[in-house]
This record gives sequence, C-alpha cells and structure tokens, in this order.
Amino acid sequence: MDGRELKARAAISGLGISEMGRVYGHDASHFAAEAIQRAVADAGLRKEDIDGLLVSPGVSMTGQMGGVGLQNYLGLTHLRLLASMNVGGATANVMVQYAALAVIHGMANHVVCVFADAPLREGRGGAAAYSGAARPRPSGMGGLYSAFGVVGVNALYALAARRHMAMYGTTNDHLGAVAVAQRRWAAMNPIAEHRAPLTMEDYHASRWVAEPLHLLDCCLVSNGGVAVIVSRAEEARDLAQPPAYIWGMGQGHPGDMRRRGWDVETETGAPMAKEKAFAMAGIATRDVDVLQAYDCYTYTVVVTLEDYGFCAKGDGGPFAASGALAPGGALPTNTGGGQLSAYYMWGMTPLSEGVIQARGQGGERQAAKRDIVLVTGNGGVLDHHSTLVLSPHPA
Amino acid sequence: MSEYRRPIPQADDESREFYDGARRHELMLMRCRRCGAWRLPSRPRCPDCWSTDTEWARASGRGTLYSFGIMHQKYPGFEDEVPYNYAVVELEEGPRIVSNIVGVDEAALRVDMPLRAVFDDVSADTTLVRFTSA
Repeated sequence: MDGRELKARAAISGLGISEMGRVYGHDASHFAAEAIQRAVADAGLRKEDIDGLLVSPGVSMTGQMGGVGLQNYLGLTHLRLLASMNVGGATANVMVQYAALAVIHGMANHVVCVFADAPLREGRGGAAAYSGAARPRPSGMGGLYSAFGVVGVNALYALAARRHMAMYGTTNDHLGAVAVAQRRWAAMNPIAEHRAPLTMEDYHASRWVAEPLHLLDCCLVSNGGVAVIVSRAEEARDLAQPPAYIWGMGQGHPGDMRRRGWDVETETGAPMAKEKAFAMAGIATRDVDVLQAYDCYTYTVVVTLEDYGFCAKGDGGPFAASGALAPGGALPTNTGGGQLSAYYMWGMTPLSEGVIQARGQGGERQAAKRDIVLVTGNGGVLDHHSTLVLSPHPA
Repeated sequence: MSEYRRPIPQADDESREFYDGARRHELMLMRCRRCGAWRLPSRPRCPDCWSTDTEWARASGRGTLYSFGIMHQKYPGFEDEVPYNYAVVELEEGPRIVSNIVGVDEAALRVDMPLRAVFDDVSADTTLVRFTSA
C-alpha cells in the first residue's frame, strides 16, 4: 500500500458557508452550527445521516474540549467519529483527510468537518483579535518575543517574507501582484468582504504593519463558519450535489529546530505533502487547472507556487507579477478572492472555493478548465502543510 | 533618560542560566553532553539524540542577521518606539535567537550581515542581549 489505492474513493458531498465577515452578536458555535446545517441541506442529507464530526475550533471556540461540545448543541446523538483538531491553517485539509480514511474504511458514512470562529468584536481591529493580551512580565525564553516587541503573527510572517526577499530578490511589487490579482477575483464573488477594485498604487499606499508587509499583504479577520461533508464516493454520487472527488491527500510537517539548517521561510513542508498527494492522484504540477493556495499573507502564495513547482525556487514573485494568477491568467489562483479579500476561515477558505470550482458552480468566476483543483493549507508559521487534490471526475 | 516601559522578561526554571548569564554579560546556550549539539529553546531534552545530559556553555556572541522586521503596530510598552526593528540572529554555534539590532541605521540592515552581542541592563535584575554590527 502506498496510498494510490485511496484515489477517488471518497468525495466532498456537501458544503455550507455561514453568514460571513463583520457579523456580530454570535459566538463561534452559532456559526459552526449554521455552516453544518447548510452543508447537510446542500448534500441532500438529513441530520440523522451525520455520524462523524471533526472540529477546527479557531481562536475563539474555547471550552467544550475545543469544540466537541458542538455535538450536543446540534443534537448529533450517534457519532461514530468525533474529535477537535488543530494544526492551524492546515487543519481543514487534514480533517478532510482523516474523514476520507474513515469513510473509505467503514468507520463512518458521512463525516462533517467544520471550522468556525468569532474573534471580531464591534469597534476592535482584526490584529487585536489575533495578537492576544500583552503580558506585563513575560517569562522564559518565550519572553524574549515580548521584550523585543515581536507581537502577533504579522511580525513572524514579516521575518519570513524578508528572508525570502533577501534570498531570491522578491519585492513588494511581487507581493502586491498577489493582492491585486485576488481582488480581481473577489469582485466576482458575491460573499467576498472586499470587492472594490485594487491597484498597485493602493497596495503601496496601504500602511506598513510590519515591514516588509503592508496592510494589504495581510489576510482579513472574519467571523463565520464553513463546513464540508466527506462521504464514500459511491454514496456521494447519489446525493444532491456533483461530488468533488478526493484524488490526492498529503501532509508535510518538517519541524523547526530554530537553528542553522531549518529554513522553513523558504523551504516549507509543501514539497513533502505534494509528493504524497500527487502520487496518489497520479498527476504532475502541469496538470493542475485551478489553484487554491493558502494565503494568510501574499508571501505565503509566492512560496507555495515555488514549492509545488509552478515555477523555479525563488521565482514565485515574478511568476505572480506575470499575471498568471489573475482572471484570464494561465493558473487561476484563489478564485474567490481568498483570505486577502473574501473571508478568513483558515484552511476552509481555499477548500470551500476549491469545492465550488470543482463542482463548476463558480458563476462569473468559474475557471474554464476544472479537471484538477489543488487546495493547499498552511499552519503556524510555515510549520504545517496539507494538500488536497480535488476533481469532478470519479477516476 | 526616560523610564524603560517595554516588557521586561523574567527567568523561569528552564531559562534561568540564560538570564543569569546575560546579567554577567555572557551569552549562555544549552549544549548536549552526549552529541554536542547546541540548542536555544532551553528544554531539558536534546531534540537530536534525546539525551537529557545537558550543560550550559558560553557562546561567542558572534552571529549573522537571519531576518528582521520593522514593526509599525503600537503594542503596549512600545507606543513611543515605533517604528522599531526586531530580528532573528543566527548565532555562530547554530541556534537562532530573537533580539533587535542597535547602532545601525534601519536602512543599512542587511540579511546575513555579521553581528555581535551587546548587553543592555534594562533593570536592576534584567539584562537583554541585543546585537550590533560586528
């Protein structure tokens, strides 16, 4: 067994997206429940059909063992599979992978995978929602981060982007091209938060957050939830929606020893994840029609392009600046606007749009060719990577 | 001189040797007594050989600038500091440490530039290890 026997044996049969964005007055469980309810209806299933639940709890769904209390909130009374999972933004794909293994091997029939979060409060910025409260007297080696003002994830991704710039000549023009391209896609997505046109001038004029990252290099922060349902391929065929067959699955967790030789800023876990997933799917990089690349920052897209071999190592910036990612380009990428312009649901943002594209339900923004849809997830600061290859075809 | 308002870290059991060393103006790192690998997260087990036989040893203080950022967000204690630089320094011995760069114009900061440790006594009982151009 090397994984190839798993190709197209499971599928994503349902997709539910809750009310999304700057929506206040609800907790994460509400958004999770709304997304799940919509996913079950979308698939043409009933509540009683759901016998598996995997939860990616975001930053605000605390207590209840990280979200498994959703079971009782939703009255799911005969689950054969239940867990809360967290490898950051890689979790969405990872949940789908474990769900696929479970349904293929008969542990469950229809497994819901859900992410929900509600970190935004009225009158508070998105960065505040994610940086946490500053501790007055930080301790241990970790206290050095506080002592030198290295607060929040923006600071850490700025270090990664700077390293990439120094190694490969990547520029803010390159990063800006990602933001501009994704905004053009977002303009065609009715549920995207930011749909107004964006120019390179706008990008450069946006304030610095942590150099070399501008505000428009950074993802949004959103309240909401997204759920998908994973079913056996032969069952998904008879449900309400065209199945998004899971052709390939992979993960890469290279570790970071924080010393010479571990350069995750420029050498991520993506190649490891890709190798397994593409072998399972029996595809090569050139076969990918649509890319949904994890985009917590513009830089993440650039490094992902390289690590999947869409261009040579170091050429991710020029590749993005060539227009390849934008509408009309050779590699339609983050076709819903992504986390930079549409909504920030961690790995569920690329996954939800990947399902929409594989089904051919993208409307105005639908990619013309959609035989192979690649969905990537990235967790922590390049610590975790997950890959899904989706296709509308059963083989 | 204005009062030092930024967060002042304190030692815990695992990092005490590091902070005590800094007060003596010495940069101390952990080293595995079995395989000789240096490490900075001061955990009791060597990630290479899993040995718990460990010693603290003085590092040279020399290193290079692995990466840096210029922070513009105003976090508590840093309101009057922005924009300020922060850095990851790759020490000669291998481990990387979070710090900042002093005595160098921000426009002159370059990834991989050679650096050396300098010691800043920010309070009666705490010294921070910063870096400057070597």
